[in-house]
Amino acid sequence: MLHKRLTLFAGHYGSGKTNIAVNYALMLAKEGKKVCIGDLDIVNPYFRTKDSAAQLEAAGVDLISPQYANSNVDLPALPAEAYRLVQDKTCYAVADIGGDDRGAYALGRYVPTILEEQNYCMVFVANFCRPLTRTPEEALEVMREIELACGLPFTHIVNNTNLGPETSAQTLLDSMENAKALSKLSGLPILFHSAEARVAEELAGKLETVFPLQLQDKYFDIPEI
Amino acid sequence: MAERVLMKGNEAIAEAAIRAGCRHYFGYPITPQTEIAAYMAKKMPKIGGVFLQAESEIASINMVYGAAATGMRVMTSSSSPGISLKAEGLSYIAGSDVPALVVNVQRGGPGLGGIQPSQSDYFQATKGGGHGDYRMIVLAPASVQEMASLTIKGFNLADKYLMTSMILADGTIGQMMEPISFEDAEIEVYEKPWALTGTNCERKHNVVNSLYLKPDELEIKNLERYKRYELVEQNEAMWEEYMMEDAEYCVVAFGIASRVAKNAVAAARKEGIKVGLIRPITLWPFPVKPLAAAADKVKAFISVELNMGQMIEDVRLATQCKKPVSLCSRCGGMIPSPDEVLEAIRKAQKGAF
Repeated sequence: MLHKRLTLFAGHYGSGKTNIAVNYALMLAKEGKKVCIGDLDIVNPYFRTKDSAAQLEAAGVDLISPQYANSNVDLPALPAEAYRLVQDKTCYAVADIGGDDRGAYALGRYVPTILEEQNYCMVFVANFCRPLTRTPEEALEVMREIELACGLPFTHIVNNTNLGPETSAQTLLDSMENAKALSKLSGLPILFHSAEARVAEELAGKLETVFPLQLQDKYFDIPEI
Repeated sequence: MAERVLMKGNEAIAEAAIRAGCRHYFGYPITPQTEIAAYMAKKMPKIGGVFLQAESEIASINMVYGAAATGMRVMTSSSSPGISLKAEGLSYIAGSDVPALVVNVQRGGPGLGGIQPSQSDYFQATKGGGHGDYRMIVLAPASVQEMASLTIKGFNLADKYLMTSMILADGTIGQMMEPISFEDAEIEVYEKPWALTGTNCERKHNVVNSLYLKPDELEIKNLERYKRYELVEQNEAMWEEYMMEDAEYCVVAFGIASRVAKNAVAAARKEGIKVGLIRPITLWPFPVKPLAAAADKVKAFISVELNMGQMIEDVRLATQCKKPVSLCSRCGGMIPSPDEVLEAIRKAQKGAF
């Protein structure tokens, strides 16, 4: 995969942005690149890039995260050092953007710098099993709302269709039609499909470019008996 | 099987409410329930419904009161400190005998507390919260699927008994994502001859009010209301039993705590401890029947809660203190681990409390 210096993941709430951003940063680090990842989510105080802090640190990925992330302070503020994502050109940067247009507003302040550098990949993460992005048309609506909010047009699509623990290879195969339709409607290429590692393995040979994901552990991962 | 979708608990409440025929949502944002409002804001305009972000919690609950008086299905949602602000309106709604659905996605308290999950509004939900003699039907979902099904149930019960149904969830179930399906919502329709729908000059006008100037009239109203509450207690208690057939110890837990507890019960069974679980699904009416029956069978109860011990009082009442009840709890936004609950079960087996 050819990487731009800055890769941004945006999309609907719960589409899988954080998991993909973390795994993408880890992959870049594995390739020997100097990598930093920035949590630019000002909307949801839960499920943050910081949940993977230990793993990122072990891989040598530099984590930029709001000061109060994962605390009891629900303060939607971004740290000054977030500017490093767009200004430090010695570093491959991955940005995890908040959900929907609400979450993408905060990205706007960095957009002039991003456009000046012209070395970015703005990825729309789609999960067609989410209730408000069931169809390519609905997903496109969310795409356009995000672009309007942050002023940065998307360049790629990632198809991360999943049903959480019930995801099977078939879940992703069934989503192909929607993913292709969204690609056609928006005129943007599909960067990759992504799935939890065990599902990605099942898809080997059936689907090109499946990006395997190690999912973040959640404190409430309590199986329902 | 109906189609599966991946939803957050909060979103499931919003979608279920819409499917239950709710077209009026009034609220004020607060973490960790904001997705309910966000979902409503997106969807209501597309289906001819009303989403209104009021200037405060107090305004929003009084908007609910107004819409409820017209007989429309209406709801609001908030989290702990926001529910406290709505308490006055909840009391007015109860005093006026109109149906409404209120969601509390609890966070740690008291005061502003924190934004992590908690069950510390048990007293507030089941024993009042607002002033005066009144009850709310309190439903405690333990999964995203139940967030949906109990919301629909809540609207039906509210209409049936002319009272508020409260969904008492917590930050974890509100935020967690699970695949669910929406079976065809069973919407029960009740005549609402009391509703303020305009007389068309063809009938006497209706009055929805909670003010009674004569004490004897107010007393009669209260007595009538409590007759209805009796029916709710007789007919509507819901619970789940897990491995209770041969149980010598009984864990009692609701909501997210019950999921932790279930895992601990399964682990204890592997150690040969005969333990089971009773999960109240309605917190009011409290499932007295299965607990009273268990009190004659088991040696001890363990109440697992995300608070300093609130439901434990109802467990003692329901079992008439026939057997010891110990508490296994965390608070302030912390959740006990299955291991902590397992340890509490082992302790109960040793007779140590």
